[in-house]
Amino acid sequence: MARFGRALERRLPAIVVSPLFAASLFFVYGFILWTAYISLTRSGVMPNYEFDGLSQYVRLWETPRWYVAIRNLFVFSGLFISISMAIGILLAILLDQKVRIEGVIRTIYLYPMALSFIVTGTVWKWMLNPGLGLERLMHQAGFENFSFDWLVNSHYAIYTVVIAAVWQSSGYAMALFLAGLRSVDDEVLKAAAIDGAGLWRTYTGIVLPMLRPVFLSTVIILAHLAIKSFDLVIALTGGGPGYATDMPATFMYSFAFQRSELGVAAASATMMLMTVIAIIVPYLYSELRKTSG
Amino acid sequence: MHICKAMMAAVSVAGALSASAARADGTVEVLHWWTSGGEAKAVGELKKAFEAEGGEWIDSPIAGGGGDAAMTALRARVVAGNPPTAVQLKGPGIQEWAEQGALNDVQSVADEGNWDAVLPPALAEIMKYQGKYVAAPVNIHRVDWMWANPEALKKAGVEEMPTTWDEFNAAADKLQAAGIVPLAHGGQPWQDATLFEDVVLGIGGADFFRKALVELDPEALTSDMMVKSFDQLRKLRGYVDPNFSGRDWNLATAMVMRGEAGFQIMGDWAKGEFLAAGKVPEQDFLCWPTPGKGFVLNSDSFTFFKVEGEDRIEGQKVLARLIMSPEFQKVFNLAKGSIPARTDVPLDDFDACAKRSHADLLAAIENDTLVPSMAHEMAVPRSVRGEFLDLVTAFFNSDMSSEDAVKQLAAAIKRAQEN
Repeated sequence: MARFGRALERRLPAIVVSPLFAASLFFVYGFILWTAYISLTRSGVMPNYEFDGLSQYVRLWETPRWYVAIRNLFVFSGLFISISMAIGILLAILLDQKVRIEGVIRTIYLYPMALSFIVTGTVWKWMLNPGLGLERLMHQAGFENFSFDWLVNSHYAIYTVVIAAVWQSSGYAMALFLAGLRSVDDEVLKAAAIDGAGLWRTYTGIVLPMLRPVFLSTVIILAHLAIKSFDLVIALTGGGPGYATDMPATFMYSFAFQRSELGVAAASATMMLMTVIAIIVPYLYSELRKTSG
Repeated sequence: MHICKAMMAAVSVAGALSASAARADGTVEVLHWWTSGGEAKAVGELKKAFEAEGGEWIDSPIAGGGGDAAMTALRARVVAGNPPTAVQLKGPGIQEWAEQGALNDVQSVADEGNWDAVLPPALAEIMKYQGKYVAAPVNIHRVDWMWANPEALKKAGVEEMPTTWDEFNAAADKLQAAGIVPLAHGGQPWQDATLFEDVVLGIGGADFFRKALVELDPEALTSDMMVKSFDQLRKLRGYVDPNFSGRDWNLATAMVMRGEAGFQIMGDWAKGEFLAAGKVPEQDFLCWPTPGKGFVLNSDSFTFFKVEGEDRIEGQKVLARLIMSPEFQKVFNLAKGSIPARTDVPLDDFDACAKRSHADLLAAIENDTLVPSMAHEMAVPRSVRGEFLDLVTAFFNSDMSSEDAVKQLAAAIKRAQEN
């Protein structure tokens, strides 16, 4: 009996974790495989399991709307990640200068992160709408020629999504970088000061290179926010004007659930997965190898 | 008062039917997404009528995404082998499910009720799969309506409602000169497509509409007539205010109501907004068909899925009979703002716009100018409709030329048909 108890004790962690493990294996990786297979069939309203080769991919890459979605993904994630990080670093460094009421300021910058993207999208939609928000305010203030119609202009609408997303996430990037800055040893800074390095040189030459792991985690967190961005686009522009702000995620949703084109939708989902793998895996590999080696 | 009348009518439906049906128990589960205001009330009428017959009604309202959420739920239910008895499903969507072998026919009820004689032939065709009824229509919405504010028109010096697109353009120019937005519009793909199909009807006529938007004939799709339709759509783009992007249709209706805009082109669900604001047809607002002497048909229907068990099949039949009963058609459509799908229901209690809609419907059947709506999923499968919506909305929101639009449209339709 005692032996049984000990054996149980030894195996308990495995027993407790295994259902969870099996569930995630099935529900995550199992359905990824299922989606990949569906993308190789002629599925319309209902899944159809007859193999049909790459025809759905051919159709996908003939669809102009898909190109818009892909272009938007790159424009959006490129700008969103780089601007959020730049603002985050800048704010973190400024806050790191031993300012007064730092806690209050930090909370203010971090607060947007507490909102959901739906709220952010709706609020920015009102602010950027030419008839309700900023443009109208400026007209009332007497600047009759002021014009800011990006939200309803199909060439610029994607940048309004960037603005709203940056507003929401740069405070979070700041928090991550601030934590990193606080972990830098004071001795290093003192040594740099004794060697006569100025503030600029201290940060660019010494502190920021030491924050490499923080960059890694920030990029990954922001990149996955960018790739899965769906709610923000839906709330802010609804994919419009036209389909000018469509993203791969909204494209996939609309083909699967509004148009009964499961095959094309599965193909686009698989393309999204491939894109993520193609970008994230080499980056993770190079970063992790450096830190371990 | 209104509710009171509706209830009395429901009771009388029940009375009339219980006389004819000796045994009318049975269970139905109805999947629908009529959850707002007038719609919920309308579907409540059906529930009351069914329960008055002694049946059990299981309500499955799934709101969200204009029916997208309900369709997702339906898919899961059918895959699991447990479909609902009846689903709010319309147009070629019915055929898609029928091809999957997921539907029951109610031909015996249809024979008994002589559905063929009372439904417009174009609509009856949509309700049938391989010659048998698999769905029953509850109403007819007209899509090619133009709503106008008479005061705004008077202010701008527009004396008569336009009957051709050229006259419309002239009236719109006058409105614009008077500082009134000529056309209230919301920039959402389905609204853009609604404008588009009304324009196609007005420019090309009913036969051309059928060839291009229903039969998807490549020649018609690339014809000069289509180029001209896109030219007119481009013209309409100029009559819309700068803030139209993403606006909901009911906000556009409010613009007409307040006199900020002269016209709105929208189906007759817009009438509900006017009536709810206490406006009187032909005094506070005008309803007038868009140019083209046709009738663009949109109809909601309940489609019958393959259920098992005597109890459920019995319930399905009772439901089918109830939906098509003249009493129910009247009560339901008074609540919903549409007109009955049956052409033989007297319209004494309906408003002037509904009466006009009914008269035009009969004329359109007579002259063969009744066409199913492309924008509202009556004419073509959802995959093809999606391509239309993408292209029309891209055209409306860019400076694409009409020739390019026609070329891209033909290519997109071909691609959608490949699956």
